[in-house]
Amino acid sequence: MSSIEEIVERAEICICAGAGGVGKTSTSAAVALGAAARGRKAAVLTIDPAKRLANALGLEQLGNEPHRVSGIGGDGELWAMMLDAKRTFDDLVETYAADTRTRDAVLSNRIYQELSGAVSGSQEYMAMEKLYELHMEGRFDLLVLDTPPTRNALDFLDAPERLQRFIDSRSLRFFLSPGVKLLGRGSGILFAVLQRVTGIDLLRDLSDFFHSFGDMSAGFRARAERVNELLASEAATFVLVASPRRDAVDDAIFFHDQLVARGMPFGGVVVNRFHDATDAASNDVDLVAKLGRELAARLEANFDAFSVLTTRDRTNLRRLTERLSGEPVIVVPEFDGDVHDLDGLAAMVEHLYP
Amino acid sequence: MYSDAQVAFLLDKRLVFVTGKGGVGKTTVASCLARVAARRGKRVIVCEVAGDERWHDEIEVAPRIHSIAVDPELAMREYLSDQVGGALSRVMVSSRVFMYLAAAAPGLRELLMIGKVWDLAQLDQRRTGDTPYDLVILDAPATGHALGMLRTPRTFRDVARVGPISRQAGKIDKFLTDPELTAIVAVAAPEEMPVNETIDFIAALGDEMHLEPDAVVVNGVYPDHFRDHEITAVEALGADLPQVRAALATHRRARHHRNQVRRLRRRAPALILPFLFEAELGDDSLEQLSRVLEPRLR
Repeated sequence: MSSIEEIVERAEICICAGAGGVGKTSTSAAVALGAAARGRKAAVLTIDPAKRLANALGLEQLGNEPHRVSGIGGDGELWAMMLDAKRTFDDLVETYAADTRTRDAVLSNRIYQELSGAVSGSQEYMAMEKLYELHMEGRFDLLVLDTPPTRNALDFLDAPERLQRFIDSRSLRFFLSPGVKLLGRGSGILFAVLQRVTGIDLLRDLSDFFHSFGDMSAGFRARAERVNELLASEAATFVLVASPRRDAVDDAIFFHDQLVARGMPFGGVVVNRFHDATDAASNDVDLVAKLGRELAARLEANFDAFSVLTTRDRTNLRRLTERLSGEPVIVVPEFDGDVHDLDGLAAMVEHLYP
Repeated sequence: MYSDAQVAFLLDKRLVFVTGKGGVGKTTVASCLARVAARRGKRVIVCEVAGDERWHDEIEVAPRIHSIAVDPELAMREYLSDQVGGALSRVMVSSRVFMYLAAAAPGLRELLMIGKVWDLAQLDQRRTGDTPYDLVILDAPATGHALGMLRTPRTFRDVARVGPISRQAGKIDKFLTDPELTAIVAVAAPEEMPVNETIDFIAALGDEMHLEPDAVVVNGVYPDHFRDHEITAVEALGADLPQVRAALATHRRARHHRNQVRRLRRRAPALILPFLFEAELGDDSLEQLSRVLEPRLR
């Protein structure tokens, strides 16, 4: 049986990716907890509007800085952080703005305010930023990133570039720069229509935004490149989180192929909520004699219903291991309730680090 | 505490907005609602908007049940051609600068998608012409993104301030926030974290939009096959017996699920869909689940 230890022991960064609802947040926290139990200083970072990690760690509130989780035995340390995308973005602007006037112009621009607080895209971008920042600070032995729940689990890898493209588009900056009159001869009818469709204020705000943001673009771009290099380096490893349902296994295989194609370091797959391989029904006990005909029949029917799930999970797991021949696949059984506190995480650790 | 015999008024609305944490069964619930509405003689369309590559236009997938996967770019083309006419809109769509600008305006994607959904829910449909839909069911993104989508029209109304976008966004906002026209359904799984997320969503919906969900649908609730005294008798046989272990697991999970349902019922009317012990949820399973939901829907 594989262990997550082989995957993360030499890594400084572990990125947990997967579709929604497969236990990604709990897995990320358990990976960090297990590393802490082995004497490492581990931090888990999550980015989630619904504050799920705080939940998993039984904490009320996590700030934009790592916070030490108490009640962990051993020499190691467990830290947790919930990303505040807006604050991370503001900090970046602070770093790259040439002067305070530019900084204030950006921070007070309504387009920027929308962009930095928006739910999709910029959050993924800022997660990568924070990961990079913490890695550069070197305060932790292991950083575990719980990626945002996107339909395509690898969307976040493209987020910096997507945002960069908007900010950096030269043609747009030219058209919107104050030197070019919006309704002048050069821009013509197109902008007249644009104005009619969008309303002039939106255009002016965009123009201001690109004007003041444009100067910082080079800094942002260089930084995004360094983040990409870090993720592709040997310091990083990607762990895919899945469940034993057919669609989740399909997703995991797809993500694996994508990672390999992008040259990203693939670590392994964690399959959560596996219906524990129950043995065949036993005939050792005469159930009817002990429980009566009716209850015995219900007991057998309940067992048969369970077996359907066991068979399903075994079939799907076999397909996954065959397809990823040789790659580590770690199985965590279905628990009676979901994992939402340190005890639950400790139970997961036993299976992740057998 | 809401009763377990609660009835949800969803089918008399124009739009049902279905959201929930990823993986809890939003699509299952949207499809069950569509089946019930169709059985009651309504012409229904289910809209998918979550960023998937498989976009498709309106198609009839079952009698009276239609399906569309809304493509933001297509929605933008439609919007532009309505606003500025065909030839000019083609020029704009083919203009890199314009598309950059459109993509750069944060939330415009969401606005165009929810705008398309709004358009489908209008009785005087401009586009599909012939017969309007009686009910539009939106299989919306996960809770965090869904709240963003509900809020986007209002943001645009305020940011753009003047012009057609502001006016249109204002109309969509009014429609989405009118409880007579739009119902909001939160789908939850009967587990601690999904329930916490649903409770957070209900709170945020109230704080930010002054709205409340019309119903919470709890999906995958374990049926309890055994009474407590029966479990005591079963347990006495010893946990070595696989049948006993399975019974104990069912019983424990059922109890856990009941507690989670109770937490939700303190905040919203909750409808229950049972966990089905099947390898795959097929057409038969959806039919079965929709029959469970049917008596609770008006």
